Amino acid sequence: MFQVFCIFIPLLAAIFMPFFFKKISSIHTGWFVLVVPVFLVIYYATFVPAISKGDTIIEQLEWIPSLGISFVSYLDGLSLLFSLLISGIGALVVLYSIYYLDRTREKLHNFYIYLLMFMCAMLGVVQSDNMMTLYLFWELTSISSFLLIGYWNNRDKSRFGALKSTMITVAGGMMMLGGFVLLSIMGDTFSIRELIAQAPELVTNDLFVVALVLILLGAFTKSAQFPFYIWLPDAMEAPTPVSAYLHSATMVKAGIYLVARFTPIFAQSEVWVWLVSATGLLTLFWGSFFALKQRDLKGILAFSTVSQLGLIMSLLGVGAIAYHVEGAESSIFKYAAFAAIFHLINHATFKGSLFMIAGIVDHETGTRDIRKLGGLMSIMPVSFTVAIIGSFSMAGLPPFNGFLSKEMFLTAMISIAQFDLFNFSTWGILFPIIAWIASVFTFIYSFYFVFKTFTGKGNIEELPHKPHEAPVGMLISPVILAGLVVVLFFIPNILADTFIKPAVMAIQPFLYSSPEQINIHVAAWHGEITTELYMTFGIIALGLVLYLTLAKWQKMYNLFPSKLTLNNLYDFVIYELFDKWVARLSGQYMTGSIRRYLSYMLGSIAIIVIATLFIQDAFRVSFEDASPIRPHQIIVILVLVVGTITTVFAKSRITSIVALGLVGYTVSLFFVMFNAPDLALTQLVIETISVALFLLAFYHLPQYRKEEERTRFRFSRAFVSIAVGVMVTLVALSAHSQKFIGSISEYYKETVYSLAGGGNIVNVILVDYRGFDTLFEVAVLAIAGIGIFAMIKLRLSTKGDKL
Amino acid sequence: MTTFIWVAIIIIVLSIVGLVYRLVKGPTPSDRVVALDAIGVALICLVGLFSIIVDTSFFLDIILLLAILSFIGTIAFSKYIEKGDIITRDNSR
Repeated sequence: MFQVFCIFIPLLAAIFMPFFFKKISSIHTGWFVLVVPVFLVIYYATFVPAISKGDTIIEQLEWIPSLGISFVSYLDGLSLLFSLLISGIGALVVLYSIYYLDRTREKLHNFYIYLLMFMCAMLGVVQSDNMMTLYLFWELTSISSFLLIGYWNNRDKSRFGALKSTMITVAGGMMMLGGFVLLSIMGDTFSIRELIAQAPELVTNDLFVVALVLILLGAFTKSAQFPFYIWLPDAMEAPTPVSAYLHSATMVKAGIYLVARFTPIFAQSEVWVWLVSATGLLTLFWGSFFALKQRDLKGILAFSTVSQLGLIMSLLGVGAIAYHVEGAESSIFKYAAFAAIFHLINHATFKGSLFMIAGIVDHETGTRDIRKLGGLMSIMPVSFTVAIIGSFSMAGLPPFNGFLSKEMFLTAMISIAQFDLFNFSTWGILFPIIAWIASVFTFIYSFYFVFKTFTGKGNIEELPHKPHEAPVGMLISPVILAGLVVVLFFIPNILADTFIKPAVMAIQPFLYSSPEQINIHVAAWHGEITTELYMTFGIIALGLVLYLTLAKWQKMYNLFPSKLTLNNLYDFVIYELFDKWVARLSGQYMTGSIRRYLSYMLGSIAIIVIATLFIQDAFRVSFEDASPIRPHQIIVILVLVVGTITTVFAKSRITSIVALGLVGYTVSLFFVMFNAPDLALTQLVIETISVALFLLAFYHLPQYRKEEERTRFRFSRAFVSIAVGVMVTLVALSAHSQKFIGSISEYYKETVYSLAGGGNIVNVILVDYRGFDTLFEVAVLAIAGIGIFAMIKLRLSTKGDKL
Repeated sequence: MTTFIWVAIIIIVLSIVGLVYRLVKGPTPSDRVVALDAIGVALICLVGLFSIIVDTSFFLDIILLLAILSFIGTIAFSKYIEKGDIITRDNSR
């Protein structure tokens, strides 16, 4: 129970934050918040020994048992790794934010509530075994991310970024929900573990590929894959701790987590392998290529995040190939999943530290524009060191952890070219080439980021603030992360044994039965010169050349037409397509004219009914029990028809009114002919009154509207009215021609005197057999009367003050 | 007897048709109002003849009602044509 409860600890703590902020204002609220992630790190660290042996721990809290929905805390290698990342980097980010956000100027309670909300949501995402609660937490990450990006909600760009990221991630989340629902229909369970167990049967299901694509869309939008990455650069308007936490280390990896988690289910499919690896690779290249175009430090880092996420994603896609290979546990494909997890950890460390450095630079100089920065090396030595470590790791240089994972990435990419299934033997050769080019660009933007900021001459005097080294507290977190970057290079195998191998086992549970079976030994130097190493040399050489000539060819980016970007596509869809075009479209048919709406309604009813009549073959004509028609009836009908036609085509309104009266009287004559004296009486009186009322209304028409004018002929209206007439006629004929049961009127005839004690059968029905209807028709009349009285008497002007 | 009544009915219905022609055509509102009044009377006759045919006294109410309505209606129309108003406002209020 406590394990599930731990997911909600941040949320519970969030409740108390306004209290701490308002009542204990002398201490920065962040210190109270810091307790939560630190506690969680320690708590989750206690699971490490058990999990690294390959065990899984599960605890469940029923939420809606009747629907099979429950809160689950399922800890295996993958979710424990993510939980530790979330709480660990969470702790560092909170620590950093204590120094980054000002206690007196910022609304800290809001910030920390959102942050804790996010932490809870993220823990829920990675630990949920139940797909419905996974989706619940998934949406909570979107919402809290929205709140955090828009934290400075008085800025336009913050609100724009928040809106954009929410639109994209929530749209993906919805698709993912659809995928989840399809999966649960296929497997008849919400539990991911149970679905994994029945993975072989699921592949044959028709819905399988649809569910696959929908879930991937969810993962791609969240993890900023091509072409959904566009929200991430705009999310950089968030405070830097948020960017470091959400948009580098945790939330954007939720999609990675999802792909990793569902790999055992979907990896059987060719579509999955291709989609995941190709999208990842394209994102990798695209992100690294356009990172160099950026002028903003955080913009560079955002594109770099996009590109690195693509790297991890493509590795997961290649890792899925292991399902299709005989003896994969000894083949070269085993590296892919391992490298994905390894790089995921590495990326969280170096990207977190780089974001914090960007925040420090912003905080101490007042600008993040790389063109204004430069020459900060001697002023901010610690930041510079951290930035160097982070950037070199990002570029994949020894002795930093990025080198190791990049080597393994290249290994995996080379191996794919040798794979001869799903057309990889032909197209697969592109994979290492693109990966290599992207790595070159990664190298260049890493150097671009660090050296353009810290070296060169710079114009320090013109910066908004006079720069100086950041306070110690602010440097703690990036230094810790940078330390990890270096340490992980030297002890990768300890990391591998405790975290990566259990996580790989979660991704590829069919291949291994325990983490020890994964015989991968990470080493910076394999003792032999491999192809990967040559590729790394090539990256460094070409990267250096291109970096040194950067000023010459960076202008090339301006050649790309600014109209043809994905951001413009998004703006076009949201602001042109949805806002303008849809408004115009609804303006086209929502004209505000009742005539229009009536013709829509009546026309569609007529078309639907007539079509149904003929499609269902329900139209019958039979005059079996029809009464004979008398000559005088024909004449009365002619009178009725003439009256109706006069009403419609009359030139003046008063003729219409009189003709309408004629129609009413003729109808009463019909009532007489068909033996309904009560109806005839009522009809006569009512007709007289309503004709009088029509005359009253006519009399009060403004003079200029009384212009005698024929109703204008419109083809569409004529069509609709003819259609309605045809519909009613057809339905009446059919209804008359096919009766399944007889009338119940015999009962009334027999009992009208014996039971009800009356002679007038109509009146007895009205007040005795079915008096309930009469009661409410009386009520209708009363309401109408009161309504008319109110409308005449109550004259509130638009100002609303006069009665 | 029945034949006689049917002939009467046909004649009255035909006269209604003639009156409707006047009602539709009628150059002035007064023509139309008189036509309507006459239609009312014709209707009364029709209903009376029907009552004889179906041998019932239930429709006699309708005859009375039609007579009253036709009268009131004609008066109202006439007043409208004459004064442009049907219910005059109480000036003392």
